[in-house]
Parts: sequence; structure tokens; C-alpha cells
Amino acid sequence: MIEIADLHKAFNQGQHNEYWAIQGVSLSLARGQVTAFMGPSGSGKTTLLSLIGCLARPTSGRIRLDGEDISGLPERFLTELRRRHFGFVFQQFNLIKGLSARDNVMLPAYPLGLPHRQLTERADALLAQFRLGHRADARVEWLSGGEQQRVAIARALINDPPILVADEPTANLDTALSREFLAILGELSGAGRTVLLTSHDPLVLDSPQVERRVALRDGRVVEA
Amino acid sequence: MTDWFHKQRYLIDFSLAALGRRKVRNLGLLAAYSLLVFVLASVMLFTQGLRQEAKRVLAESPEVILQRLVAGRQDLIPPGYLEQIGRIRGVQKMEARLWGYYYDPVVKANYTFMVPGERQIPSGQLVVGPALARERGLVAGNLISFRSYSGRLFTFQVAEVLPQASELMSADLVLLGAEDFRAFFDFPAGHYTDITLSVANPNEVRNVAAKLAAALPDSRPILREEVQRTYASLFDWREGMVLTVLAGALLAFAILAWDKASGLSAEERREIGILKAIGWETGDVLRMKFWEGVLISLSAFLIGYLAAWVHVFHLDGALFRPVLQGWAVLYPHFRLTPQVDGLQLATLFFFTVFPYTAAVLVPIWRAAITDPDAVMRT
Amino acid sequence: MLFQPAIIALLLAAGLGVAALGGAAPFAWQILRRWNLASGSEGQLTMERRTYLFSSLVALVLGVQLAALLLFVFNADRMSEMFVGAMCAVGTLQVNAWGFPALVAQIAVFFAASQWLLINHLDNQARDYPLVRLKYALLLLLVPLLALSFGLQLAYFKGLRADVITSCCGSLFSGESRGISGEMAGADPRLAMGLYFGSLGLAVAALGSYVLRPAPGRGNGLLAGLASGLVFPAALTGIISFLSLYIYEHPHHHCPFCILKPEYGYRGYALYLPLFLGCAAGLGVGVLQLFRRRPSLAALVPPLAQRLAWVALLALVLFLGLSAGMVWQSNLILLEH
Ligand SMILES: Nc1ncnc2c1ncn2[C@@H]1O[C@H](COP(=O)(O)OP(=O)(O)OP(=O)(O)O)[C@@H](O)[C@H]1O
Ligand SMILES: [Mg+2]
Repeated sequence: MIEIADLHKAFNQGQHNEYWAIQGVSLSLARGQVTAFMGPSGSGKTTLLSLIGCLARPTSGRIRLDGEDISGLPERFLTELRRRHFGFVFQQFNLIKGLSARDNVMLPAYPLGLPHRQLTERADALLAQFRLGHRADARVEWLSGGEQQRVAIARALINDPPILVADEPTANLDTALSREFLAILGELSGAGRTVLLTSHDPLVLDSPQVERRVALRDGRVVEA
Repeated sequence: MTDWFHKQRYLIDFSLAALGRRKVRNLGLLAAYSLLVFVLASVMLFTQGLRQEAKRVLAESPEVILQRLVAGRQDLIPPGYLEQIGRIRGVQKMEARLWGYYYDPVVKANYTFMVPGERQIPSGQLVVGPALARERGLVAGNLISFRSYSGRLFTFQVAEVLPQASELMSADLVLLGAEDFRAFFDFPAGHYTDITLSVANPNEVRNVAAKLAAALPDSRPILREEVQRTYASLFDWREGMVLTVLAGALLAFAILAWDKASGLSAEERREIGILKAIGWETGDVLRMKFWEGVLISLSAFLIGYLAAWVHVFHLDGALFRPVLQGWAVLYPHFRLTPQVDGLQLATLFFFTVFPYTAAVLVPIWRAAITDPDAVMRT
Repeated sequence: MLFQPAIIALLLAAGLGVAALGGAAPFAWQILRRWNLASGSEGQLTMERRTYLFSSLVALVLGVQLAALLLFVFNADRMSEMFVGAMCAVGTLQVNAWGFPALVAQIAVFFAASQWLLINHLDNQARDYPLVRLKYALLLLLVPLLALSFGLQLAYFKGLRADVITSCCGSLFSGESRGISGEMAGADPRLAMGLYFGSLGLAVAALGSYVLRPAPGRGNGLLAGLASGLVFPAALTGIISFLSLYIYEHPHHHCPFCILKPEYGYRGYALYLPLFLGCAAGLGVGVLQLFRRRPSLAALVPPLAQRLAWVALLALVLFLGLSAGMVWQSNLILLEH
């Protein structure tokens, strides 16, 4: 359960180019649901996702994660929460070039210091789950777009987080790959994971996998 | 605890891979770093070797040398002087020596002519030091002529060339018999150059010197430990001078390191952003960068030090010889004795690793505090 | 001043340390005045991010200080041949009035920096950073201490002249000499041994009891800290007054530095490293107790202090074992039975 109350986020606060990207958002998001944020460009979707995902700290307002207030936490603890609760899939996939698919998948778990065997096994299981077992040792820049996205999803799941956050996940994919992605979403949500995503893509927004749609405009919720 | 070890291992793995990915850039830094270590280590190893050599040579020299002063200048020891000293408690042996300098216009070098105390050299024969033998192309049995200061020509037969072992001191040495010496230099009969005294107990040396000064007010006792100290501080001073001159290089290197560390490529910035977004903490990034620094420093240190070792002990310090040694015209061809010295290693470490770490700390921290949400906005 | 590589390196390290922490001081001051964790403002975020830099800086200073301490003593020992009458580090440090104060200041910096890092480590685990103001006030105190240490070193090295006749460990640490070193050396071996084994025993017992029961509200943690703090001077006195005699097997050689030399198998390192580690960690157990009543730290202090107490306990037991072993193995008989 994620509860958001009167959330504000300013950029360049106190300077001439001060900009309030989020201006009083209140929302409540249930566990196990797939929620899509939509709205025109610049409406604050990415900013809101990064606040919820503990990537940034709100200027004011509250975010509660399972009842725990996370809005005033220092970065050190936000990181810890992020590692435990959230997995991220970015628009550009953001894999690290020069490393193998397996190494990329393992990266978020490095700070935890798990035994190497255990971690490799878990990464291999995830890669196999996304039909990438045979590509585990390939460098990520040699992979196709769809394969890269699946590596990114596997990476998001390595620490077994309950919530998956995806910003414009299908922007770089063609229709077939987008459908495949939606199918994976359906599986993950079916397995009990909460999914938060933003999208402009009608294919995503209108798909049956998306259970809830939240529309933003100028940093405010216009339709929930 | 095991978590901690695993974590460090992952971080080291990652930084190794990261170093590999940016080979060209890091090789440049590594080369500059190693060069710095190489130069500093060469200076240190070389002076250390010289110090050691001088120490070894001085160890064989007498504890006290007595000179006579006239008007503040060294003068010959007149006949009867030795007897005037009489017996001093603690002195094992007293000996009057004959030696002097000779300038050889042929090779434009100074030789030390000396009458050895412990062996007799037959009249008309010489024993020469190895550097002189090399310069003049001499082997045992050859004849050699010197024109004395009085203008007469003397011809000697080379009886023997001294071994190479301790060339620093014996390089320019010419040993000859007492009569030959006096004839060659027109040295007045019964006079000597100076007097040496052997003292067994090191704690007695100062007392002996005080007694000598009291008995012979016109004499000047020179203590071996003082000479040793002078040499040591002379070498230290030279080393310090060279290091100060190299401070410019050190600064340049620190600036280079700072620049390399702050001029992170866009790619590297993106990587750090990704790491932070997927759950690395600022401290984790700092630690990863710390390991990167350790790997670079250690490799540079190892490469530079080994290269310096080869340079000093196998190539005879070819690059620094003229600056650091310079005390005779005949450059001795001695081999320094290889030696690892903890203090020296520690000092070298301070001179290289510490400035590097200090220089890269702030840029690394800047990179590590990249906004975690930066990757969302690219 | 003597122009020597090791001296230049030491001054360079100390000077850079002062410059780095001194440069950080205005930011520390800013934290003291402006820190407000409740605010989500960018200014607060910047301050929070700076704290990472400061802890790295202090860690660097601590590491360098530890290395510098070794280099300082090592170099003093090596330079002894340059001073008439000096046979080891003691003689060199006696060349002028600043040698021993410089050494003491360096040791003080080491302990202060280690305790700061410990407080920092504790504070970083609590979500509300309850000690942040205290920490940065302490950091501001660390700067003058570091500057003092640098100044003393500078004064000492500047006053080094190769022709000075100094007294060496024989005269400094002999029972006849006056001053604190003389007292330490001249202490009745029975008394010194009693103090030595007594304080070590007390510290080991207190640490042991804390390791077993780190529950809050008990005084044993504080006691462990105090006892560990006491161990340091007591152990130094013991090393000077009797342990060194057993190591040198000589009834009048009281030097605490010669034991670092190869002639004595570098036994000094085996003694000093666990001593410094044990005392710093043990002191930390006590320092941590000061914060155990803060609500957000109450749960954090006991496990951290317990781990530290383990480290201190092992280090001091090692120290005790090694020193007892050295007395046992020695051929010198100091006390008749
Ligand atoms: N770091 C920043 N500094 C200043 N302004 C920013 C920053 N990040 C975002 N903004 C501004 O905040 C507003 C919201 O940005 P955000 O990225 O959340 O929009 P979005 O809804 O995701 O848009 P898009 O659909 O184009 O991705 C934009 O006007 C943007 O310019
Ligand atoms: Mg966006």
C-alpha cells in the first residue's frame, strides 16, 4: 500500500528558474495492481515516479510505504528502501556496456554482499525465466532491443522487490515487443507484484493488463 | 563480516572491469603515475646505495684522524709529533700516513697517491685503482709515467690493479712505496700527511679526541662518526634537493590526477547514475572508486619501483648519476648493493599515493553524489 | 632544519591534512547552523551529500596519521646516527623540546579521529542522524588539534640541527632522570607490573562482561571504555619500566622504541598494533555508551558496541598474551621470587 498526501516537488528552489513539477498530489495505490500514469509531456509523470521510487526526495508532503513515512529520509536510507522495495526498468534500458548480461543483472545486489554462487544462480534463473539463458555471457551491447529490455527486467527483479517501476517502458519497442512486454507485466502482476508505469502509448494504456490509470496535468492529478 | 568481504570483492570486480573498459585513459594515468614513482624511487634507491657504500668504506677507516693546522690550514706533520702524543688510554694503534693528490693532465683527473700502511710496495712499482686503470688502459705489468709537480718524469711499473669491490673510494687510488712517494712529491724527510688512531670502544672516541686537543693545541682531530654524519646529511640534503626540484613534477601529477578524476566521461557519469538508481549508495560508489584508486596506485607503485630498481642496480642509475654522485672527475663504475628499505618505501608511498588520493578525493565524491534520478531524465 | 625526504613527506602529509580539514571547516559550520532534516530543500540535500566528503576526509586523515605515526618513529630512529649521543629514536626526539610533544599530539590525533569515525558510523545508521550537530562540532575541534600536531612537527623539524648533543634512551628513561619519562622508567617494577596487569585485567574483564551482556542501562560498557583508556598509559609505563628490559635482556635499557628494531625481531609492532587497536576500540565502547539513551540509537548502540568490545577484547588479550610470553621467554630475572 502506497499513500501519497499533498506531495510537492520543486526544482531549483529559491532561484529565478524555480519550477514546481509536482503541486499537491494525493493518491493511494494498492498492492498487487498495475497502475499507469498518463498525461502530456512535462506533466510530472517521471518526477512522481522517482519520488515514489525513493530516487528523489519531495520538497514537502508525505509518502507512506506500508504505513512507514519515507518522505523525510536521508538518501542513505532511501537507497536501502529502494533496494529492498523497488525494481526499475528505464526507457533507455540503461544497461552498463561492456559487462555481460549476467553481470548487469547482478549489479543491484552487489552492495548486499551475498555469496557469489548464490547470486549467480539467482541471476541465471532470472535470465532463464526471460528466455535469455543462452545469452548470459554475451555483452549487453550485442543484444537486440527486446533482449536488452528483458535483461533490464531481470535486473529489476534480482533483489526480489515487491514493486516494479517502469518509465515509458515501450517507447523504444515495436508493437510485437511491446505486446511481449505487456505479457510479462501480466505474469509479474499475477505473481503478486505491484507495477507502476508511465506511458504515452495507447497500446499500453488500453491493454487489459493495466488495472488503473492516473492522469496528470501540470503536476496535479486530474483523473484517478 | 563475510557480507563485507563479499561486497568488497564485488566492488573490486566491478572496478577492475571498469578500468578495463576505459583502457586508453587509464593507461595514460598509469604511465604518468609509474613515471613519477620511477623517478622518485630512482633518486631514493640511488642515494640510499651511495649512503650504504660510503658507510661501508668508512667502516674500514680509522676512528680518529689527526691533522696539524698552521694558520688555520692543514700542514704537514713534523718529525717527533707522533712521539709527543704519548700513550692515550683506549688508543689501540697510532700511525702516521703519507698521501696526496695528483692532477693527471692526460685524462684531466685527480688521483690520490697513498702509501699503504699494511703492505710494502717495492720501489718503482704502483698499485692502481680500477677506474684509473680503465681510463689509462692499464693492466698489471704495464709501464706508466707521471710528470711530478717539480717537472721530473717518473716511470713506474703497474704491479696490480685493485679489485672492483668498493670502487667509490678506491677508484682513483694509486698506491706506492714511501721512498717513491717522497721522491715524487719532494716530500720532506720525517714529515707525514696526517696521523690515524684506532679506538676500540666507540664511547671512548670523544675522550680521546679531547685529550689529543689538549696535548697538541695545534692539531685537529677528525672523528669518523662526524665524517659519517657529514656524509649522511650531505646525501640526505642532495636527495632532499632533488625531491624538491621534483615537487613540481609531483604537483603536475596531482593536477593531472585531479583533472582525470573530475573529467569523468559522459559514459562514466551515466554508469554512476545507473548504479545509484538501481540501488547503490553514495558510499558504495565511493568505495568502488576507492578500490579503483588502490588498484591504480598499487600497479603504478609496483611498476615504477621495479623499473627504478632495474635502473639503479642493473643500469647503474644512468639517468641520475651526474646529479647525485658528482664528487670525482673519474666517475667510479661501482655496482650499488641492492637493498629494500622500509623507511624508504614508506616515504615513497607518502610522496606518491597520498597526493594522488588527496587529489582525486573531491572529484570522486562529486561523481558519487550524482542524483539517483538523473537516469530517469536522459 | 634537516632537508630529508621522510621529513618532507611527514610535513607534506600533516600540512595537507590540516588544509583539507581546515577547508572543510566552513561547511561544517554551515551544517551546525542550518541542518534541518525535516526540510526537503535542495540546500539540505547538498549538506547531506557533503557529509560523505567529510567522513572520507577524516578517514583519510586517520589512515595517513597512522602511517605517519610509524614513519615518524621509524625516521627518528634512522636519524639517530646524525646526532651525537643519540642511539635510537629517543635521542632524536630529544634533540629539541618539540619532539615528544609532536609524538604525543600525533597519537592524540589518531585516537580523536578514530572516535570521530566511530560516532560518525553510529550516527549514519540512525535515520534521523541524531548526532549530526555534535559530530560537526567535534570536527571543528579536530581541526585545531590537527593544526597543533602539524605546528609541533614543524617546530621540531625546524629545530633539528645535526651537531646537537642529545641524551638517549639510556639517560631519558633511566630511573635518575626527572620528568614523566623518568617516573615511568623509575617506577618500581612491582608497582608498574601491578598497574600493567591490573589495568589490562580490568579492561579485559569489563570488555568480557560487556561482550556477554551488552544490555542497555548497565555501567559495564562505560567501565570497559574507561579501563581501555587507562590501559594505554599503563601499558606504555609497563613497556618502559619492565617489559623492555625483558625484551632487551638488559636491566637498564628502558627504551620503548628500540623494540621496533630488527635486532629485537620487530616485536614492538606485535605489541603496539594490538595495543593501539584494542585501546581505540575499547575507548569506543565507552564513547558509544554516552549515546545509548537517544531513542533512535538505543537499538543501534548495543550491537555495535558489542562488536567493538569483541575487537578490543581480542586485541588486548593478544597484547597481554604476547607481553606475558616475552617476559616468560626472557633470560632476564628482574624480580626474585
Ligand atoms: N532536474 C530538473 N530541473 C529542472 N526542471 C526539471 C528537472 N526535472 C524535471 N524538470 C521539469 O519538471 C517537469 C516535469 O518533468 P517530468 O520529467 O516529470 O515530465 P514527464 O511527465 O515525465 O514528461 P515526459 O512525458 O516528456 O517524460 C518538466 O517541465 C521538466 O522540465
Ligand atoms: Mg517522463
